[in-house]
Amino acid sequence: MHAIEKLLAKKAGKASVKTGEIINCEIDMAGINDLYLQTLRSFFEMGGTKVHDPSRVIMFLDHYAPASTITQAANQKQFREFCWDQGIDLLMDIDQGVCHQVLADKGLAYPGEIVVITDSHTTTHGAFGAFGTGVGATDLAIILATGKLWFRVPEIIKINFEEKLPKGVYAKDAILHAIGTLGADYAVYKAVEFGGSMLQYLSISERMALCNMSTEMGAKASYIQPDAITMAFLEEKVTRPYEIYHTDADFHYADEVSFDVSALKPQLAAPSSVDNVYDVSQFIGRHIDQAYLGSCTGGRAEDICIAAHILQGKKVASRTRFVIVPASKGVLLEAMEKGYVKTLIEAGATFVTPGCAACLGTHEGMIASGETCITTTNRNFPGRMGDTKAQIFLGSPAAVAAAALMGEIVDPTLYM
Amino acid sequence: MEKILSGNAFVFGKNVDTDQIYPGRFVEFTDVEDVAKYAMFGADPTFTCKVKKGDFIVAGTNFGCGSSREHAVITLKAVGVGAIIAESFARIFYRNAINLGIPLIVCPTISKLVQTGDCLSFDLYSGEIRREKSLIATAEPLSDYVLNILESGGIKPLIKQQLEVKNRA
Ligand code: SF4
Repeated sequence: MHAIEKLLAKKAGKASVKTGEIINCEIDMAGINDLYLQTLRSFFEMGGTKVHDPSRVIMFLDHYAPASTITQAANQKQFREFCWDQGIDLLMDIDQGVCHQVLADKGLAYPGEIVVITDSHTTTHGAFGAFGTGVGATDLAIILATGKLWFRVPEIIKINFEEKLPKGVYAKDAILHAIGTLGADYAVYKAVEFGGSMLQYLSISERMALCNMSTEMGAKASYIQPDAITMAFLEEKVTRPYEIYHTDADFHYADEVSFDVSALKPQLAAPSSVDNVYDVSQFIGRHIDQAYLGSCTGGRAEDICIAAHILQGKKVASRTRFVIVPASKGVLLEAMEKGYVKTLIEAGATFVTPGCAACLGTHEGMIASGETCITTTNRNFPGRMGDTKAQIFLGSPAAVAAAALMGEIVDPTLYM
Repeated sequence: MEKILSGNAFVFGKNVDTDQIYPGRFVEFTDVEDVAKYAMFGADPTFTCKVKKGDFIVAGTNFGCGSSREHAVITLKAVGVGAIIAESFARIFYRNAINLGIPLIVCPTISKLVQTGDCLSFDLYSGEIRREKSLIATAEPLSDYVLNILESGGIKPLIKQQLEVKNRA
């Protein structure tokens, strides 16, 4: 069996599971975010009164942090009251940041466990060897009511990235390249394990970016086998024991593909789909109205560090704005301590409070019709960050920061 | 749930994401009457004026990709969409739709076979898709698990029953 299958079998109380089987699993951590008041509604519609296990529920007020309309404020009020009524102590209010980064900062995604959040990028937690998967409001309400949820045991695909990335090229480039090659629906319903020698050079931050973007090839969950890097990250954060599963040597993957990244060029996903991927050289000179660095994909301290390095002592181009949204409070504090915030503000960047901000096209950095934005986020569908006639390019933090500096798309490796 | 569904087809392309089905800027609305106003708004802002109860959405691969927003299903259900036939569906959208009782029909050739305005019917059990009277394709059968949810009118009544049994015990 695969490590993922062993994990699922354990949580379903079974000795083994097989692909395609429908199983009912205990959920270790269930997260709700502030877009989905429907979760609470569905809970009550199903006759729910008391949450099954409030200690395994976490509430994130992140997408609208802080509220920018009265409706958002009213929704958030109901979430807070629900937490207080139900004894849910893990209320991550508007000071905390994006759900996935908050879980990581607090060490709440454990290897070998199941994390379910009302957010499609819950695949991020594969970076810790957890089975992380996104669901809708009613599915999450079922967990609130029963502590369990049904899953179909997925086929498992392995994607290997071999060798070391060149300087100025990042995990984001590697995963964009893979999505561009394999397609946005390559892994629909399937789980994706990332392997290969590149991983040993990747920090947790970059591993999270990789697993986060597996959603954009349709993956149900992703997985990186926990290793010394994982353990070092978790060591000081986790507070209870957990189990690490290993894949049997005779396991057969539904598909296995490999990419050699040693000569990979910086990549961009061009408008308007995530699998529309090219070398950055295709777009050199294209004017940028807004550069955006943030989100659960590319808003971590390491990403802000790269931007600070590129803009140190320089200025953002005069007809370009540079919006930076730290993914969490932890990220913001680190960026302040290390001086990145000062450097970037002096260079002309605008900081927004930690949260989802314009990543989902609701507030704090929206783009107008006819504008072009380059961003470290994960989606460039029409209208994702504002007007449907705006153009969105997805790239690495370096590609975004270098574009902010020059006011146009450039090869970021020349600015490292 | 009726055994035979019928209605007119509205055809869309592939990778129709949840921002096209229900744009992110309207996600803060939570009442069905408000959510119903923006069905398919990102792909066709006039859709809500044209669609009638029971009509079908027909699409290419990966319908419903993107965000986990259940609004995307709530809005389609609210305007009366009776079923969605696509070449494939994104995973979360699939779960959301079945949970709320909208049949999702997987048919890998459908976008070549149907045009907007065609009058279609679908047999939930045999999987047969017809235009007027003639058979045009047979879809992948729905699993027993999914059929059970659809026959119960969605997953909420099922869980409600479970909770009642548990509370009585
Ligand atoms: S940062 Fe963007 S992708 Fe991540 S959870 Fe928020 S809206 Fe979703």
